Amino acid sequence: MKKLFAFLVLFVLSISAWAQGGAGSMQANWDESLINTLKQDGRIYIVIVVIAIIVIGLFAYMWRLDRKITRLEKEIRQ
Amino acid sequence: MNKHWWKILALGLLLYTVIAGFLKKIPYFGQNAETTRNVFFHVPMWFGMILLYTVSLVYSILYLRKFNAKHDARAQAFAGIATLFALLGILTGMIWARVAWGSYWNNDPKLIGAALNILIYSAYFVLRQSVKDQDKKGRIAGVYNIFAYFMMFPAIYIIPGMMVSSHPGGEGDEPLMVFKMDPSLRLIFYPAVLGWTLLGVWMANLRWRLEMIKEKL
Repeated sequence: MKKLFAFLVLFVLSISAWAQGGAGSMQANWDESLINTLKQDGRIYIVIVVIAIIVIGLFAYMWRLDRKITRLEKEIRQ
Repeated sequence: MNKHWWKILALGLLLYTVIAGFLKKIPYFGQNAETTRNVFFHVPMWFGMILLYTVSLVYSILYLRKFNAKHDARAQAFAGIATLFALLGILTGMIWARVAWGSYWNNDPKLIGAALNILIYSAYFVLRQSVKDQDKKGRIAGVYNIFAYFMMFPAIYIIPGMMVSSHPGGEGDEPLMVFKMDPSLRLIFYPAVLGWTLLGVWMANLRWRLEMIKEKL
């Protein structure tokens, strides 16, 4: 689980580094079109992304807490 | 993974609530304008609160029948999270009221009822704190919890329903305004209620498990 998490973090970081490095490449165009999409309709999409990240973060925290309590329960049972 | 499906469902429902709730074109009702979106966030706190207090009631009754400490811990945890939802409902409502009705607290019957309800359940927690013996604590708290639950409905629903209120559902309104809600709002409102409630269930779940661990240490 920890390895998978580390892999995901590194994967996202490397993609963003790659996207920033290749200005004018296809990646940069993709990034630009994404930003332009987000800017439409009074920029409400950006608010949605921000709140969605907070919700996901909240659930990730709940998930970790759940696992920690499960581990404690197992330890006590032994 | 399989027994965790409802946690993933809760995440999905809340993401849907947030995304659809902000993207949706809102039908404007009077001066409410965009604040009608609060229906997806403020109102589910109250619906979730009632559902969580109901779970708490069920566990209190189970405790009084079987005297299993786990049931008492569950009753306490669910009542706690429900009260948190009530406080969040009051706070979000105050902000909305300041804009819609001109003041943070306008002594609307629903507001007084909600405050009364929080006081009624505060007594539940005070009662728990004041009894040392675990067995006695569970019994007294269980009995009081049943009283508290059936005091909640007159406080937040029946009495405000008989009076003139700025809230929907006051005198002259249909008693259950939610069922008259614009169908396009309901499509987001019900998933929102389920999502927030499931998150509350998860929080209560962690709470009572922690309580059981504490007892065994």
